[in-house]
Amino acid sequence: MNRTRHAIKTGIDRGWTEFLLSLKSPQDQGFYLFMAVGILGYLWINRNDSIDGTSLLFPSVAMPSILGGLIAFGLVIGPGYSLAMEREDGTLLRAKAVPHGLTGYVTGQIVLQSAGILPSLVIILLPGMLLFDNLMQNGAAGWVTVVGVILLGLLATLPIGIILGSLVPGVQKMGTWGFLPIMMLTAISGIFFPMQSLWGWVQGVAQVFPIYWLGLGMRSAFLPDEAAVLEIGGSWRTTETLIALAAWAVVGLFLAPRVLKRMAQRQSGSQVEAARDQAAQWIR
Amino acid sequence: MITNSVIVAARDLRMRYGSNDVLDGVNFEVRRGEVVTLLGPNGAGKTTTIEILEGFRMRSAGSVMVLGSDPSDANEDWRARVGVVLQSWRDHARWTPRALLSHLGHYYEPYSTPERTRPHDVETLLRMVGLDEHADQKIRLLSGGQRRRLDVAVGIIGRPELLFLDEPTAGFDPQARREFHDLVHRLTDLEDTTILLTTHDLDEAEKLADRILILAGGRIVADGSADQLARDITREAQVRWSRNGEQFVHATPDATSFVRELFEQHGTEVTDLEVRRATLEDTYITLVQKFEGGQNAEGLTAFEEVSE
Repeated sequence: MNRTRHAIKTGIDRGWTEFLLSLKSPQDQGFYLFMAVGILGYLWINRNDSIDGTSLLFPSVAMPSILGGLIAFGLVIGPGYSLAMEREDGTLLRAKAVPHGLTGYVTGQIVLQSAGILPSLVIILLPGMLLFDNLMQNGAAGWVTVVGVILLGLLATLPIGIILGSLVPGVQKMGTWGFLPIMMLTAISGIFFPMQSLWGWVQGVAQVFPIYWLGLGMRSAFLPDEAAVLEIGGSWRTTETLIALAAWAVVGLFLAPRVLKRMAQRQSGSQVEAARDQAAQWIR
Repeated sequence: MITNSVIVAARDLRMRYGSNDVLDGVNFEVRRGEVVTLLGPNGAGKTTTIEILEGFRMRSAGSVMVLGSDPSDANEDWRARVGVVLQSWRDHARWTPRALLSHLGHYYEPYSTPERTRPHDVETLLRMVGLDEHADQKIRLLSGGQRRRLDVAVGIIGRPELLFLDEPTAGFDPQARREFHDLVHRLTDLEDTTILLTTHDLDEAEKLADRILILAGGRIVADGSADQLARDITREAQVRWSRNGEQFVHATPDATSFVRELFEQHGTEVTDLEVRRATLEDTYITLVQKFEGGQNAEGLTAFEEVSE
C-alpha cells in the first residue's frame, strides 16, 4: 500500500511536469489561442442578439453552455488522444517496465488532463468578462457552483476519455471513434442552440449523455433564475443534473480501471514497433 | 551470495500465433552474472522469447522462471529487480534526459536495500552512458544514438539484477557501439547484473557474450561459448601457407597435426602460416541453413551433424 502511495505521489509530480511542459509548448499555446479566438469571435459577432422571453443577450447564455461543452470535449478527447498516442509511442510500455509505473502513469494523466482545462477556461473567461457585460449574474455563490459543476463534470467525463483511449484501435482512428461522435453529441446537446428546436427523440438521446448536463449545470451557475424558462420543463433541474453526472462518474470510475488494465496487459515492444511501422505507412 | 544459481529458466516454452508455431519447445537457462546472447534470423522468435521473459507477453505453453517468479503473474517487487531496455521512438519528446531519468528513478525508491541502493544517482548514470552534455536537451532533439543510450540508461536506472536488451546497438556507429560494450562490461563487473540480449551483430555477440544461444526453427539449436560452437559445429579449420611464393589452402578437422606434418615435410620453406578456425559467422550460417531453410543438404554435407 505504501508503495502504491509512493507511485501515486510520483504520478502527481509526473502530471504536473507534463502540464508545465504543455504550457511552455508553442504547439499547445497555439491550440489554446486558436480556440479562444474562435469562441470569443463567435460570441462577439452575435453580441447584440437578444434571447426571446428574457432580458438576456446571446453571449450570456452561450458562454456557460460553451464552457460546459468545452470541458466535456477536452476531458474525453484529451485523455483519449493521449492514451491512444502513448500506447503507440511506447510511453505506456515504459510505465509498465517500472514498479507500479502504470499507477503513476494513470495518476499523471488524471492530473495533466484535469489541470489542462484551466488554461482554456482562463483564456476564454477572462477576456470574456471584459468584452461582455453581466456574464456572471449570481455573484460568489455562482462561482462556487461553477467549481462544483466542473468537479462533478470531471468525474463524469474523464473516465470516458480513458475508456475511449484504451479501446480505440489506434491514434489514426480517433477521428471516427472520438471526434465524430463527440461533435455530433455536442451539436444536439444544447451547447450552440437550444435543444428544444430538435425532435423529441433526439432530445432524449442527448439527455442520456453528460455534455447536456454539464452545459445545463453551467447555465444554472451563471444565469439568473428567470433564464430557467429557456430550459426543458422551465427549470434548472439541479437534482437531475447531480444524479445524471454522478451516475456517469460511478459507471466510469468502475469501468475505466478495468478496461485500462486489460489494454495495458497487452502492451509489448513489438506492438509499439508495429505501430511505428504503421505510422510510416499512412496510405494502405 | 550464491553464484552460478539459475535465474532464468525456460522449459519447453511454446508460442503459437494462429496455426504458426513461432516457439516450438524452447529450453535454456541463464545463470547469475552471465552475459547471454540470443541469436537468430528475423522472425525466429527472439523478441517473442524476450517479451515472454519480461512479462510483457503471454506464452502458449511451457514453464518460465525469472528471478524465482513466473513473469506472467509476477508482482511489482519482481518488476523492480528486472531492467528492460526498450527501443524508444518518440515518447517523452518534451522531457529532458535528466528529468525523465529522475522521474522514472523515483518509482524504485521504495525498493532500495542496503546491498543494492536504488535508484542510480542520475548524474552518475548520465555520465556512464555519455549523455551528461545532453542532459538538459529536449529528448526530441537527441540523435538516434543518443536516444538509444538514454534507453539503456532508463533500463538500468533501478539497478536491476537482470537486464533484458532487445537489439540494443541497432543503428549505433562504431564508436557508440564500443562505448556500449564497455558499459555492458561495467554492468556485469561492478553491478553484478546478469544480461540477456538479442542482436544481429555476430561480432558483438562474440565480444560480449559468455554464452551464445542460437534460436532457429522455433528451438534453441546451439548453446555454448563462441569457441565451443565453432569447435562443435563447424569442425574443420582452414590452414593457409606459402611455399616458394606459391599459396596453399587446406581444410582439415585436425589443424595441429596437419601443421606438424607440414613443417616436418617442408621445414623453413613454409611461410605466412595461418590457421583459421571457423568463425561464429560460419557456425551461425551453417546452423540457420540447417534448421530454417528446411533440410538444405548441399550446404551441409561438408559439416558434421550437431547433436541436439
